[in-house]
Amino acid sequence: MEKIRGRVWRFGHDVDTDVIIPARYLNTSDPKELAKHCMEDARPDFAQKVRPGDIIVAGKNFGCGSSREHAPIAIKAAGVACVVAESFARIFYRNAFNTGLLILESPEAAREIEEGHEVEIDPEAGIIKDLTTGKTYKCQPIPPFMRELLKDGGLIPHIKKKYQKMRLEEEAS
Amino acid sequence: MKRAMTLAEKILATKAGLTSVEPGQLIDVPVDLALANDITAPITIKIFREAGIPKVWDREKIVLVMDHFTPNKDIASAEQVRLCREFAKEQGLIHYYEGGNCGIEHVLLPEEGLVVPGDIVVGADSHTCTYGALGAFATGVGSTDLAATWITGRTWFRVPETIKFVYRGKLRPWVTGKDLILYTIGDIGVDGALYKAMEFSGEVIRRLSMAERFTMANMAIEAGGKVGLIEPDKKTLNFVRRHSQRPPLVLKADRKAQYLEVREYDCSKIEPQVAFPHLPSNTKPISEVGHIDIDQVVIGSCTNGRIEDLALAARILKGRKVNPNVRAIIIPGSPRVYREALRKKYIEVFLEAGAIVSPPTCGPCLGGHMGILAKGEKAVSTTNRNFVGRMGHPESEVYLASPAVAAASAVLGRIASPEELGL
Repeated sequence: MEKIRGRVWRFGHDVDTDVIIPARYLNTSDPKELAKHCMEDARPDFAQKVRPGDIIVAGKNFGCGSSREHAPIAIKAAGVACVVAESFARIFYRNAFNTGLLILESPEAAREIEEGHEVEIDPEAGIIKDLTTGKTYKCQPIPPFMRELLKDGGLIPHIKKKYQKMRLEEEAS
Repeated sequence: MKRAMTLAEKILATKAGLTSVEPGQLIDVPVDLALANDITAPITIKIFREAGIPKVWDREKIVLVMDHFTPNKDIASAEQVRLCREFAKEQGLIHYYEGGNCGIEHVLLPEEGLVVPGDIVVGADSHTCTYGALGAFATGVGSTDLAATWITGRTWFRVPETIKFVYRGKLRPWVTGKDLILYTIGDIGVDGALYKAMEFSGEVIRRLSMAERFTMANMAIEAGGKVGLIEPDKKTLNFVRRHSQRPPLVLKADRKAQYLEVREYDCSKIEPQVAFPHLPSNTKPISEVGHIDIDQVVIGSCTNGRIEDLALAARILKGRKVNPNVRAIIIPGSPRVYREALRKKYIEVFLEAGAIVSPPTCGPCLGGHMGILAKGEKAVSTTNRNFVGRMGHPESEVYLASPAVAAASAVLGRIASPEELGL
C-alpha cells in the first residue's frame, strides 16, 4: 500500500451514517452522486472543498447507525484517502474494508491532530505523521484476516477464489 | 471440559459445528436467511452481477423487502425497486415482497415465520438485530458482505464478547420495552456495546410481550451492539409455532458463561424515557423533559409498528383529539398488522382522533417520505434514531419515545406522559 499525504478534516464523536450520507439521497447508489452529499448535514461545504488525498480525523464510534454501504462509498468517491478515528462502528468497519476505503484506529492521533494539518500516513507500517507538528503516531495493526482480504483485492475476489476452489473440488469428486 | 458459553457463543459454536468458541475467534458459519431492502439490495445485486456468479446459493433463503422508499416516492426509487423485482424474477426468489404483501422488513419476517430461534440471519439493514428477540443470531451487514453470502451461503464473524443486562422488579405504569432499551442505551452510550453481543434477561424480560422484546432487540445496534439476544421461552415458542413451520433450535446460555460485564437494573425506578436530539443515548425520564412543543408524531417503524404498539396508541387516542398543531402519522408495520388494527377498530379510533394512517413503510423514520420535517420542526417518534437530519431538515429535531408517550404527546401538542391525560 502506498503512502498517503493530505489535509485533515476534523469531525467529532459518533459521526453517524446519516451525517456521512443522508438517507434522502439513497435513491441512487451512483458513487459520484453520493459523493456530492458526503457529510452534508455536518459541513455543507465539505463535498465541494475536499481534495483528493485528504484525510478525515474523527472521535469515537465513527460510522454508527445504518448498514448502508453508501457511507464508505460516498467518502471514498469524495476523494478521501483515509479515515483515522478513535474507534469505528462495527458494520461501517466491515463495509470500509469491503469497499476499499482505508480506515485506521489510532485514539491518540484522533484526539490530537487538528483541522487543516498536513498528515502523512504509511498504512503498511501503521504510522501516522502529523507534518504540521512533526509528531508521529502508531495505529492499531490491521487484523490478519482483513489484511488477507485487502491482499485478495476485497471480499468478493476473496470469496470468488474460495468459490472457484469449491467448484473445482465438487467437479473433481 | 466444554467451555461454558453465553447465548451468542452457543449459537455460533453450534452453527459452526464447533464444540465451543471464544470471544475474538474468527469463524465461518452457514447462513439461514439473507435479507436486503430497496436501498441496500441494488448495490448487492450490482456486486453479485460483477462477480459473474450465475445463481444465488439458495433461492428460498434470500429475502428482498421493498419497504424504505415505498410506495415508490420518486422515479429513482422506482428504478431501484424495478431492479430488485427483475433480479427476484430472474433468480426465482421465493421471498420477494412489494406492494400489497409488503411490510416493514423486521415486522414482516417474524410474522411470515421466516426466522426461528437458533437461526443465523444477516441483513443489509442495521436493524436486522431485531430477530435476537427470537434467540436468533441476527445482525446487520453491508451490501458486499451480503453479496458474499448470496454466493456462498456463509459469512464470517468475530465471536463477540457478551454483556448481560438483567432487568428486575416491577414495571411502572406506561413503561414499555421501548423505555427499557432507551434507558439502557442512555446508561451505556451509543458505543457502550460496540462489537459486543447484548443479552437481555431477568424476570421483567420474561413478562414482556414478543412485540416489546422485538423493540428491545431492534435497538441493540443503537448501543453499537452486534446482536441483542433474548433466550427463547414459552412465549417465544408459542409465537414461532403460530407463525412458522420450521423447527426452532432452542439454545440457552450456560450458567457459568463468562460475561464481559453484567448490568442489573431495578425497573421499578425507571420512568417512561425520551431520547433528546441528536443521539438515542441522550435520554431523560419523562418527569424531567419540561415543556417542549411539537409539530409531528410518528407511531410505527421496525421498532414500534406492531399490533401491540398500535393498541397502546389506540388506548390513549380513543375519544380524544390530536392537537391541531400536530400531524400524527400512524404506520401499521405490515399488512397483517393493518388488517388486525382494522378488525380491532384501532384505525377508526385513529381517524376519529384526527391522525393520519399510512400504508406500511419505513418512510419518515429515515427522512425518506410520508412525513418529512421542515427547518426547526420537532417530532416525537417511536422510531430508533434521532440523528441530525434523520427525519428531514438538518435543523429539525426528533425525540424518541414509546407509542404511549407519542400518543399522549399527539393529544397535548407537547412531549407528555399518558398520566397527564388522567390515564
